[in-house]
Amino acid sequence: MDTRDTIEQAELRRAARQLARELGPTNVADLGDATRTKRLAAAVREAGWLELRDDGGGSAPLASGVEAAIVADALGGAVAEVGYSGAVLAGDLARRAGATRGDAVVACAPTLIDAAFVSGVTTNEPAFAVDTGPDAELAYVVAPADSGYRLASVRIDGVGESADLTRAVRRVAPGAQLAAAPAQLQLLTPDDLAQWSALGLALTSADLVGVMRGVTEMTVAYAIERRQYGVPIGSFQAVQHLLAEAHTLMEGSQSIAAHAAWAVDTLEPAAALHAGRVAKAYCARAARTVCETAIQVHGGIGNTWECMVHVYLRRALLSTQWFGDDGEQLRQLQRELTDGLS
Amino acid sequence: MDFRDSPAEAEFRTRLRAWLAEHNPGLPASSTDDQYWDRQAEWHTALYDAGFFGLSWPRRYGGHELPTVFDVILDEEVAAAGAPPRPSLGYLVQGISTHGTDAIKDRFLPGLISGRERWCQGFSEPDAGSDLAALRTTATRDGDEFVIDGHKIWTSYSDVADWCFLLARTDPDAPKHKGLSAFAVPMHQLGIEQRPLRMINGITKEFGQVLFDGARVSAENMIGAPGEGWRVAMTIVSHEREPGELGYVARYAKTVKELQHAVRADPTGFRADQCEAVAWAHVQTEMLRLHVSRRLSERLDGIEHGPGGSVDKLLMTWVEQAVGAAALSVSGPRAVVDSDDVALKLYLYSRAQSVMGGTSQIQKNIVATRILGLPTA
Repeated sequence: MDTRDTIEQAELRRAARQLARELGPTNVADLGDATRTKRLAAAVREAGWLELRDDGGGSAPLASGVEAAIVADALGGAVAEVGYSGAVLAGDLARRAGATRGDAVVACAPTLIDAAFVSGVTTNEPAFAVDTGPDAELAYVVAPADSGYRLASVRIDGVGESADLTRAVRRVAPGAQLAAAPAQLQLLTPDDLAQWSALGLALTSADLVGVMRGVTEMTVAYAIERRQYGVPIGSFQAVQHLLAEAHTLMEGSQSIAAHAAWAVDTLEPAAALHAGRVAKAYCARAARTVCETAIQVHGGIGNTWECMVHVYLRRALLSTQWFGDDGEQLRQLQRELTDGLS
Repeated sequence: MDFRDSPAEAEFRTRLRAWLAEHNPGLPASSTDDQYWDRQAEWHTALYDAGFFGLSWPRRYGGHELPTVFDVILDEEVAAAGAPPRPSLGYLVQGISTHGTDAIKDRFLPGLISGRERWCQGFSEPDAGSDLAALRTTATRDGDEFVIDGHKIWTSYSDVADWCFLLARTDPDAPKHKGLSAFAVPMHQLGIEQRPLRMINGITKEFGQVLFDGARVSAENMIGAPGEGWRVAMTIVSHEREPGELGYVARYAKTVKELQHAVRADPTGFRADQCEAVAWAHVQTEMLRLHVSRRLSERLDGIEHGPGGSVDKLLMTWVEQAVGAAALSVSGPRAVVDSDDVALKLYLYSRAQSVMGGTSQIQKNIVATRILGLPTA
C-alpha cells in the first residue's frame, strides 16, 4: 500500500492546478469572460484531459480514475468554467460501447443520478446534459436492450440554465429523436454502468474536494486581511475554529475521494460503486458545511453577488446533485446492506 | 497511488487473518465493559508473542521494523475479525524513543512494547488540563533521586500500571514551560496512591487519579534533559492525537459492523433515520481508515508529522461521536430503560474523545494558527 501520487500523478496535479489557476476566473465580474474561457477550453482540450477515459487501446482507458479525478479536483479548486467531467464521462461510456466520443456528453435523467434511460425512439421525459461545452450537440442516452443496454444519442438543442455559474446544464426536451446507433456498438452490461457511475461519483467527489480547498484558501486570506475592532477577524477564536473545521473537513474528504478514484478501475464494479458512494456522501456533506462557513466568515460581503464564495457554493450544489447527493448515497448504502443478505 | 497490498503486505495479512481466526479472545469493547480491561494485558502479550504488535518499531526493542502502513492492515483485520483493537501506546514509545538516552530506551522500550510492563501517563492535574504547563506536581532533587509530590488525574490505566510517564516541575523559578521534566516513575511504592475514577458510562478500570506524597524516582529515570519536559510532552501528545498511532479505526469499524448486523437482521424494524445514522457512521469510519492509510503512506517519505495530528484528532473525534450517536439511535428506548445497554455506554464514552489527548478546541487553535497561519489575538 502506498497511497501517494506517483511522480506522473504529482506532475499532472501540479500542471492542472497551475493551468486552472492561471485561466480560471479571478472575480465575479470576470466570470465567463469570452477570451479567457476560450483559452481555458482550448488549454484543457490541448492537454488531452477530455480524452482521459477514451479508448487507450485494448478497450482500456487512456488514464485511470485517479488521473481523471486529479484534473477534476484542480478545475473545481479554481471554479474553472470549462466542460470537463461531462466529456470524460461520455468518453468512458463511449469506450465501453466501442463508440467514438466526438464532442458528445452524457444526458442524465431528471434526478441527475443516472444516465437518461430511454425506451422507444424518442425521449419520454426531459433529460439534462450536465457540464456540456457550449458547442456540444450530441448527448448519449442509454436504452435497455434484450441482454444489456444499448448506447444511443440525441441532439441537444435545449438552452442551458444552471445554479452553477461555471458549468452549463442543458435541457434535452422530451420527444427528442434518438439517432440511429451504429450497428457494431457493443452492449453495455450492468457492470459497465456500475463502473461508469463509480467514475461519476469519483469525479464529482474530486470536484467537491477542489471546491473546498479553493474556497477555504480564499476565506483564510480574507480573514487575515479583513479587520474589525482594529484586528484581523482571523485572530478571533470564533472565526479560527470555523476555518479549522473547514480545513479538517477538506482533508478528510481528500482522503476518501482519492480512494474512490483509485477504486474505479481496480476494485470489482460493486465495490468500486460502494467506494464512490461512501466518498460522495462524505464530500457532499463536508462541502456544504465548508461553503456555508466561507459565506459566514465573509460576512455581509459574502452575501452579495460580487463575492466569489457563492460561485464555489453553487458549483458544490451541482456536483452534489450530479450522481446523487449525500442523502441519496446513504439510502443506497443502506440498500446495499439489506439487499446483500436477501 | 495504490491501496492494494504489496506481496509482503498480502502475506502478512493472510498470516494475521489465520492467527486471528484462532486467537480472537472475543472481548467486549474497551469503551463499554470492565471485562476488556481485566484481560487487556493478556491480549497485548498474545498479539506481541505472535509477532503482530509493534510492527513499525525497532527490532532491538521487540518491534519488527516494518513500514507503518502495516498498522493499517492490522487494524483492518482486527476489525474484520471482531477482535479487540491493538493496545494504544504508540505515543509513549514515540516519546521515549525521541527523547530517551540509549540506556533509557534499552531499559524501558522492550517491556512497554511486549506488554510485560504496563504504563500510565501522568500529565493532567485538577488545575492543569488544557493549560498543561500550569501543572504543580513537583520533583525535587535529593541526592541520586527526585522526590515527587502532587496530584495527577484522568490518568488512563493507572490501576494496573507498573510505570508512570510523569511530567513534573523540577525548577519552580523557571518560566512555566521551561521548568518541567519527564520521568519514568515506578508505581509500586509507598508514597503513591492510586484511586479509580468512574467514567460517565460506569467503566471503572480505565480512568484513575494518582496521588504522589514523597514518592521517589532515580535521577537516571529522567527522560530527556532537565527542563525538557514540555518538549517531551508535546512529542507524546502530538502522537496521541493520531488515529494511526492509536489503532482506533478498528474499534469504530467493529461497532459499525455490529450496528449493520442489527439492521440487516431486522430490515423492517428500524426507521429511515436510524438506518441513515448507521450508514453515516460507516461513511465516517471508512473516511478515517482511508485517511490513516494516506497519513501512514506519507510517512514512507520520512515526512515529519507536525500540526497535522490535530486535523487527524478532530476527524477521529467526529467519527467516534458519529458512531456513538448511531449506536444510541439504533438502540432507541432500550438505551434509557437498561442501564447496562452497550449502546448507551458507547455513546457516553464517545463524549470523551473530544476532550482526551487535547480538547477539540485546542486542536482547532492549533489548526488555525499553525496550519492556516491565522494570527493570534
